[in-house]
Amino acid sequence: MEPHRIREDFPILKREVNGNPLIYFDNAATTQKPRQVIEAEKNFYENHNANVHRAVHTLSQEATELHENARAKIAHFINAKDTSELVFVRGTTEAINLVAYSWGLRNLKRDDEVLLSLMEHHSNIVPWEIISKINGFNIKYAKVTPDGTLDYEDFENKFTGKTKIACLSQVSNVSGVINDVKRIAKVAHENGALMLVDGAQSVPHMPVDVQDLDADFLAFSGHKMLAPTGIGALYGKKALLEKMAPFQGGGEMIKEVSFSQEQQRCGISWNDPPWKFEAGTPNIAGGIALAEAITYLERLGMAEVFKHERMLTDYALKKMKSCCKKLALYGTLDTPRKCGIIPFGIDGMSSHDVALLLDNYGIMIRSGYHCAQPLHQVFKLQSSARASFYIYNTTEEVDRFVKVLKEAEQF
Amino acid sequence: MSTVEDYVARIEGTCGAEKDVIVVFKYEKKEEAISRILKKAELKNNLSGIIYELTFQGLSFRVYSSGKAIFRSIKNKEELNSILTALLL
Repeated sequence: MEPHRIREDFPILKREVNGNPLIYFDNAATTQKPRQVIEAEKNFYENHNANVHRAVHTLSQEATELHENARAKIAHFINAKDTSELVFVRGTTEAINLVAYSWGLRNLKRDDEVLLSLMEHHSNIVPWEIISKINGFNIKYAKVTPDGTLDYEDFENKFTGKTKIACLSQVSNVSGVINDVKRIAKVAHENGALMLVDGAQSVPHMPVDVQDLDADFLAFSGHKMLAPTGIGALYGKKALLEKMAPFQGGGEMIKEVSFSQEQQRCGISWNDPPWKFEAGTPNIAGGIALAEAITYLERLGMAEVFKHERMLTDYALKKMKSCCKKLALYGTLDTPRKCGIIPFGIDGMSSHDVALLLDNYGIMIRSGYHCAQPLHQVFKLQSSARASFYIYNTTEEVDRFVKVLKEAEQF
Repeated sequence: MSTVEDYVARIEGTCGAEKDVIVVFKYEKKEEAISRILKKAELKNNLSGIIYELTFQGLSFRVYSSGKAIFRSIKNKEELNSILTALLL
């Protein structure tokens, strides 16, 4: 991995913020975009823009081909068996909501159970809580240990004959801890339950193979892996998607709408998956750009992406540990169990103070709950500062970051 | 007649249990805003002209040279507006 060469592809990394070269360490929130991805989106609008499907003109055929080729590329990236298993959505949040509403609303009954963990992003908590208020099923939360590791025993012990689905992030967006979702999927299936994997923080950073994991659903976002905002994907096993009801109505999800004179109503039949779940005009350019982002990542190699981020995490943790007595590192420091996310705090400063101090030097990090308030309750924290790395970050940037943190000690 | 809006671009509540409030000053007015605040508030600490720890009317807050300020324990919008009015005008 040659981050200095990679940086040449990212126009935004050339800019300054507050008189300093930009250091972007907020990659768990969203990543920057390479020229190739920006060009792919621009090229679509400049040369091929039209609505997809159901039109016979040339532009529509080109747009449809690009759109469906993008789907195939993304499906292949996560090793889906079939392209029809890949549904375009706005992002991870919409993907999980789709499963909650289309599958959960119709399959979860009173007394059924949904199994989550306390480290989940709000997007993998709130949809289930909303649906449970309608259907009256129960939600169980598996414990997380004080170092941010999933309590596997607790998770596995919480499965009962009533558990219908287990939902777990593959990587925590706060601690960067990698969860063994393959292990949980196996236990879920042994108990007759489905397995939904929140891949928002894993798919962009490591090789993910849905067949190897035996995940029933996998949700991820494009914007966290070099692609534009507003595009993401839901993987679902074909047999499940075929049985599921549509999420939203209108447009591409319809096969036929026929008005019955006798009943004075419309009879509707659905399109096949994946289009059954893609109501309205999709984000065509976004999907094409996401496929281009995947081409970019595949050229680097996902194993290399993971290795680079782990090296940076290791390097940063070592430097941070000794830089400042006031600095506290949260979660496990065992890098082999982590992705490139480091939550931390500085005594006497709120996480927002830390973020503002770093911002002053052109260093972008996140502060707050990171949409994972229950995990902050486990950590007994009011909030946390979070640095997160990606392919274009360098050890020199980590050095500058640590230098600024040292200044905080004087305050 | 100047108003708080002449100096302030955006006010944002932060995410977290602290319920801090971040005030972002308009880029072209940030130096004037900081200068006015430094004249009126009591300076408690100063980190290389980058962060100013200040108190004003019993309220502790920090101002950053990038043109942002962080206020703690603000009860509501009215209280913040009243503090900003006293500091900036």
